[in-house]
Amino acid sequence: MKCHHCDSQATVHLTQIINGQMHKMDLCEACAQEKGVTNPDNLSIGNLLDENPSKADASTASMTCESCGTTHHDFKKGGRLGCEACYHVFRPVLEPLLDGMHAGVKHLGKVPSRSVKKKSQDDSEELLSKELKKAVEEENYEKAAKLRDRLKKLQAKSSASA
Amino acid sequence: MFHDLFFSKSKSKVPKPCPIALSTRVRLARNLSEFPFPGRAESGQKKAVLSKCMSALGKVKPLQSCTSVELDELSELDRQILVEKHLISLELSQSDESGGVVLSNDRACSVMVNEEDHLRIQVLANGLDFSKVWKLADSLDSGIESSLDYAFDSQLGFLTACPTNLGTGMRASVMMHLPGLVMSKNMDKVINAVNHLGIAVRGLFGEGSDASGSIFQISNQQTLGESESAILERLEMTLENIVQQERLAREKLSEDDGLRLTDKISRAVGSLKTSYLIQSSEAMDHLSLIRLAADFGYLPEKFRALADRMFIEVQPGHVQLSAGKPIEPGERDRLRAETLRKEFLRMPQLNLNAQVD
Repeated sequence: MKCHHCDSQATVHLTQIINGQMHKMDLCEACAQEKGVTNPDNLSIGNLLDENPSKADASTASMTCESCGTTHHDFKKGGRLGCEACYHVFRPVLEPLLDGMHAGVKHLGKVPSRSVKKKSQDDSEELLSKELKKAVEEENYEKAAKLRDRLKKLQAKSSASA
Repeated sequence: MFHDLFFSKSKSKVPKPCPIALSTRVRLARNLSEFPFPGRAESGQKKAVLSKCMSALGKVKPLQSCTSVELDELSELDRQILVEKHLISLELSQSDESGGVVLSNDRACSVMVNEEDHLRIQVLANGLDFSKVWKLADSLDSGIESSLDYAFDSQLGFLTACPTNLGTGMRASVMMHLPGLVMSKNMDKVINAVNHLGIAVRGLFGEGSDASGSIFQISNQQTLGESESAILERLEMTLENIVQQERLAREKLSEDDGLRLTDKISRAVGSLKTSYLIQSSEAMDHLSLIRLAADFGYLPEKFRALADRMFIEVQPGHVQLSAGKPIEPGERDRLRAETLRKEFLRMPQLNLNAQVD
């Protein structure tokens, strides 16, 4: 059996169950060491799979956070983001990982009092966009137009308060 | 003086120890908006975060009578002792600059500054008590937030350096004493089963530490996609299950192999009373059996409390603290054995006719 990352003989066989789904991976000794497999607490197969260089996407490889200088490579290597803005920059590569890492992808916990208003606006916007999409799919254009106007108003309000 | 508060042996307030669940902890990870996370921050930014956080923390009620220290004021040994007391993390103890900790006088609350995240708010209590611990952590967090802008996103919740802490930023854990499951070789099964439920099992000192003394730290792995109360409820259900399994394992051990169990406990008593050189992991394994003997009623209750206190006192940093200076491992083993002989000298004979609860 060959290592997932190089062509050496795989001697480390990982199985991880995330949300009831089994993920398997075979690694050689050196790659296992390098990926931190010896400390399984921080390990996610999702991260290892994503690191396969042959599948690396040029558009994500060049991602860099302008605010703090964190690159996509830094994130893949250390698993850490550098600042608040990183969460916008790296969202496309982060989102698929979150699904396997957590119980869900939407925050359902405490909201700091300073963010309560913004969070409820964001949630209404999200709900309206979903309804709008549905109305368009159902070809209910009258409803869609009304929803679009409400959404526009809401977006104008939130950008004004920001 | 912070030194007295941090390092005195608080014998005045001896908590009532419980069988199986030793202590409960809730930790919240928070970051300030505007500043890069500590791993990316420059020296000046870290200093600014430290002073901003320290001044905000001073305004929060439970922390008004508190002690705050910057890490670079502490010697290596002092840092090690704080780690052994679970008041700061290993990561913070190794931080090179602008790390800080604020500690409430009863030692129930501690807030670390510039660890992996700008703020790590931690609340500890004895036994298994999530509702009390969460309530205090929640109010502490709200108090801090009233004067600081947190990095927060409507979709992803509290933003943290590591995406594994996103959302609630909450890690809740319970320290459990599970000698029955260890001796009956069922611990691996338990670890596997709870891992599937998104719950992690670690040793006494968290990530990477071993499980000497049969003490395990059991915590939620997932922080996003569920509310704090849902996370705590799920964790609590799992813990109750583990407590039940541990009780069953103990019952089975004493029924099927009672003589071997008695022999083990009795040998632990002997070793603690008579050793002249002892390493911390061996001492912890003996102490674990003393705690178990108290749970079985073989020893008076006070020996459970003594075992709990000695679990910390036998750690390398604490042995050096009682010596008053840094000392070599060999000398530590001698001192550790001396302390244990003194503490357990008057231990009574095991009362093997005691009824198990």
